[in-house]
Amino acid sequence: MTVADILMIALGALAVGSGALVVTSTHLVRSGLYLVVSLGAIAGLYLVLGAELVAWVQVLVYVGAVVVLLLFAVMLTRAPVGPSTDLDRPIGPSALIGAGIGLGLAALFVDAFHWIEYPQRDPGTAERLGEQIFGTWVLPFEVLSILLLSALVGAIVLSRPDIGARPAPPVEEPEPDEPEDPEGPEEPEAPQDEEKDAEVPA
Amino acid sequence: MPLWLDLLIRVAAVMVGFLVLPLVVGQAEHKVMAHMQGRVGPMYAGGFHGWAQLIADGVKFVQKEDIHPDGSDRTVFRLAPIVALFPYLVVILTIPLGPNGLVAQNLDIGLFLVLAVLGIGVVAVLMSAWASANKYSLLGGLRGAAQLLGYELPLVLAAASVAMAAGTLSLPGIVEAWRPWWLIWQAPAGLVFFIAGLAEIRRPPFDMPIADSELVFGYMTEYTGLRFAFFLLAEYVGIIVIAGLTTVLFLGGWHGPDAEHLGWLWTLLKVGALSFVIIWFRVTFPRMREDQLQRLCWLILVPLALAQLVLTVAVKSLL
Repeated sequence: MTVADILMIALGALAVGSGALVVTSTHLVRSGLYLVVSLGAIAGLYLVLGAELVAWVQVLVYVGAVVVLLLFAVMLTRAPVGPSTDLDRPIGPSALIGAGIGLGLAALFVDAFHWIEYPQRDPGTAERLGEQIFGTWVLPFEVLSILLLSALVGAIVLSRPDIGARPAPPVEEPEPDEPEDPEGPEEPEAPQDEEKDAEVPA
Repeated sequence: MPLWLDLLIRVAAVMVGFLVLPLVVGQAEHKVMAHMQGRVGPMYAGGFHGWAQLIADGVKFVQKEDIHPDGSDRTVFRLAPIVALFPYLVVILTIPLGPNGLVAQNLDIGLFLVLAVLGIGVVAVLMSAWASANKYSLLGGLRGAAQLLGYELPLVLAAASVAMAAGTLSLPGIVEAWRPWWLIWQAPAGLVFFIAGLAEIRRPPFDMPIADSELVFGYMTEYTGLRFAFFLLAEYVGIIVIAGLTTVLFLGGWHGPDAEHLGWLWTLLKVGALSFVIIWFRVTFPRMREDQLQRLCWLILVPLALAQLVLTVAVKSLL
């Protein structure tokens, strides 16, 4: 066993262990923090495998942004410090499904890759990754960019009724003697390209 | 030189820098602020102009009782200051001091590592805010997280501009590629990076999450003694890190007369000057309100950084 093998096993155990704690912990926010550990360990796995850039993308996007948004949302709604036992569900079905998928995937991978010796790949530097993305895979990259862009525009339109949405239909008139206001209630601002980038640095 | 000795020297050098530079900045903050506000500042500790004030502060922090609020989540509460300090230690590893490999760890993608690791700071803010079981702390933490998430975008975009100009993500590589006229070419990006960096370390005028006069120190309200000192240390290391990164990316790092031999001095001088500016800002500007702070980020800094990216590409393709 080389050092890399030992590191792989240790980080893998850390990722799986903290992943299990994410779903078994009764503390809501602690689950989120275990998720940080789990995703960090996966970044470590990428590092051991020589994919440096992917590892730091994992840290930047998942640890620094996705989990933080998740924690943010949990803290804005309800996040008691103690355990929240009322949110527990019977463990049976989910354990069955989880174990089934895990074992199935493990069996599949072992069957697909066992005993095949792969040559050591060159480390995944930024240069190589850039060549691949903007050379071979440029079309999928652009398609994904457009998908993300439309998601961003959609999020802005949904969250700002003053620039996109139609005026709300008159559902009920509680007091008929109020002055009518057929146009949108807000003063229409210049609806140009402000806030194109929502909080998704990916 | 054997590998282990080389490694030992590098780690020791980083530790010394990590422990000394923030103290220098802290002491400078005491003195500079005192001069700017026309008062004496600490004069007693150590005899000569209160030079030992920060050491006395440290001793005081060690002696204080380590208090956990009733109903707090102790494990998370204890871990938070360490998580706050850790990213800066990693970042200091990658900041080059001088030419010819005078850097603790030369990485092919150093810039990317720095930006990724700085993002972990948000987790520490949320941890300390929530584990304190205090509504002021939680408010401060949520403000802090919103601020850090928002300002990370202009920070990354501004850094991307200079990386594109240099054609590399390695920090020493960027300094090597740097030319004096970049001071003008990359000026908007440098400005955006510095301002966004100030917001990332929550220094005034971007200290809305801490806001001692209304949130009684926000997510740090419940911390005492050594753990509070860790947060303070993180703030001072943050000053060094932001000043160091701005120096390396936008001010040419070790470039200066006789850079071959005095490169480290130029780097340190530039870092010191920027740290002075950061302290200066604290006594100059009033705190920005939460909505002004977000407005500055999304409506000014982000478009400016995007425009700089276009400019960088245009000039780069013309050359």
